[in-house]
Amino acid sequence: MTRNLILSFESSCDETSVAVIENGDTILSNIVATQIKSHQRFGGVVPEVASRHHIEQITSCIEDALNQAEVDYDDLTAVAVTYGPGLVGALLIGVTAAKVVAWAHGLPLIPVNHLAGHIYAAHLVEPIEFPAMALVVSGGHTELVYMPTENKFEIIGETRDDAAGEAYDKIGRVLGINYPAGKPVDEMAHRGHDTFKFPRAMDNDESFDFSFSGLKSAFINTVHHADQIHKQLNKDDLAASFQQAVIDVLSDKTVRALHDYPVKQLILAGGVAANKGLRDRLTEDMKHFSQTKLELVPLSLCGDNAAMIGAAGEMLYRHHVRADATLNADPGLEFDWLKQPQSIE
Amino acid sequence: MKILAIDTSNRPLSVAVMDDDNLLAETTLTTHRKHAEFLMPVIEDLVKKADLVPTDLDRVVVAAGPGSYTGIRMAVTAAKTIAATLHIELTMVSSLLTLCLNVSRPNVFLNPIFDGRNQNMFTGLYKLDDTGRPVTVIEDQHTNLTDWVKLLNHYDEKIMIMGDTAAFESQLRESLADRLIIADKLTDIPNAARLGNYGRSLAPVSNIDAVVPRYLRLTKAEADWQKVHPNEDTHHYVEKI
Ligand SMILES: [Zn+2]
Repeated sequence: MTRNLILSFESSCDETSVAVIENGDTILSNIVATQIKSHQRFGGVVPEVASRHHIEQITSCIEDALNQAEVDYDDLTAVAVTYGPGLVGALLIGVTAAKVVAWAHGLPLIPVNHLAGHIYAAHLVEPIEFPAMALVVSGGHTELVYMPTENKFEIIGETRDDAAGEAYDKIGRVLGINYPAGKPVDEMAHRGHDTFKFPRAMDNDESFDFSFSGLKSAFINTVHHADQIHKQLNKDDLAASFQQAVIDVLSDKTVRALHDYPVKQLILAGGVAANKGLRDRLTEDMKHFSQTKLELVPLSLCGDNAAMIGAAGEMLYRHHVRADATLNADPGLEFDWLKQPQSIE
Repeated sequence: MKILAIDTSNRPLSVAVMDDDNLLAETTLTTHRKHAEFLMPVIEDLVKKADLVPTDLDRVVVAAGPGSYTGIRMAVTAAKTIAATLHIELTMVSSLLTLCLNVSRPNVFLNPIFDGRNQNMFTGLYKLDDTGRPVTVIEDQHTNLTDWVKLLNHYDEKIMIMGDTAAFESQLRESLADRLIIADKLTDIPNAARLGNYGRSLAPVSNIDAVVPRYLRLTKAEADWQKVHPNEDTHHYVEKI
């Protein structure tokens, strides 16, 4: 069997990443240049600054990825790239570089949806079994994705306002924590207790959609009110109460979705999937689903990285999904096109 | 030497494939702004029409800015990735100087202008040397019309403006009067063949990975931050993990 080697690109937000993936499931290299320190100066990702950093990093990431994988362009099967959703100016750097490499070396180009990438991070640990369900939670997304078969993605629930990770960053700011706030809030939550009992938005709602802006407002109002009457609130308890509300809603909706859509595998993916509280809770909940295996994406692959894009790219490659040199960034890309892939059979 | 020359600094897109100073194929478009969609197909098409394959190329010459941020990023990302992935040379040229390559008239100063919005401009002042190559009189910069006119008033030469001049013409006419010459419309559009020919004799950059566009202007976030942190090293904010 010949090696299938995919050179993959990811630049949708504040990480420039290039990876080499063998046969869709083995990471030969996964170079990630993170801009977090730069954007921390501004308290969040500044799109123009992100684009400028991507262009500084892109070619050295390609070289490092090939060197570390000990492969050359001649060995490659295809080039895969995230083309959305994300920041348009950031996406364009990866898309342009990927198009150049594909053209210069006569390789097929595979367009990858960033969310499919997050889900396929799980494939790098264990083959995804269908039907499968994925809970994708990150700074930009909170989505329940049902996958009846390979290369079919159906969003059955999504956030109606803030993404979960976005809510963490916003309440983090109120607690005096710089972006990204996910990890510090998670740590504080483990030292505190759910004493504030914030609202669980839409928890009893029929739909599988999420909403976090009400929780965020309740949190901010509680802190502001205490400030006005000069009352000190326990920050660990605030963090614990916020996190508990987020986790309750995420896990309740997921559990309900699993009743309606019995699946072989539940995948927890995305930056917020690194949250220990959420991982523990889903692990506990899943004990009641003997037919469904829980796949927690490893911490090293929860954040944005090109390895996951290579894994999804390999699957799309097998399904004959291709792009040509006109491929553009699509900042608002949705899953719809994946339901009916533009196949060249 | 087989040369690929690229300019997408502003609305026009111009790409050329050269063999030394012979033009093999060239495309210049002004009808759209979709450089993200058009640049690579145009490059593919021209290299093919020149009867070459990518690995035949020896050098990429790119108009690296100033200009629209997205435009110069497209050109520079494509150019540096082509050079890096094919292990060939990369040469960067000012996008303002590139417009001066359209002019052969001696004894006037050349003043290319790109609109920076709100009376701001990216501009520089050039003249042609004895061999007809543009040389810098005033460095490329991001400035406003008032300050720029003060600089121009230090000279007595006639000044030919080109580029996105419409927003500035009447005020420049007021202060420069008879010294002002407005170039014809074709001079406003970069010509990649001339860019490639000019870049042919320049030294290639030594570190392709480090190449970035010539923005000539900090992002607002960065500028505000530097005001508050004047002594901080602004490099090394990105790290490979
Ligand atoms: Zn992501």
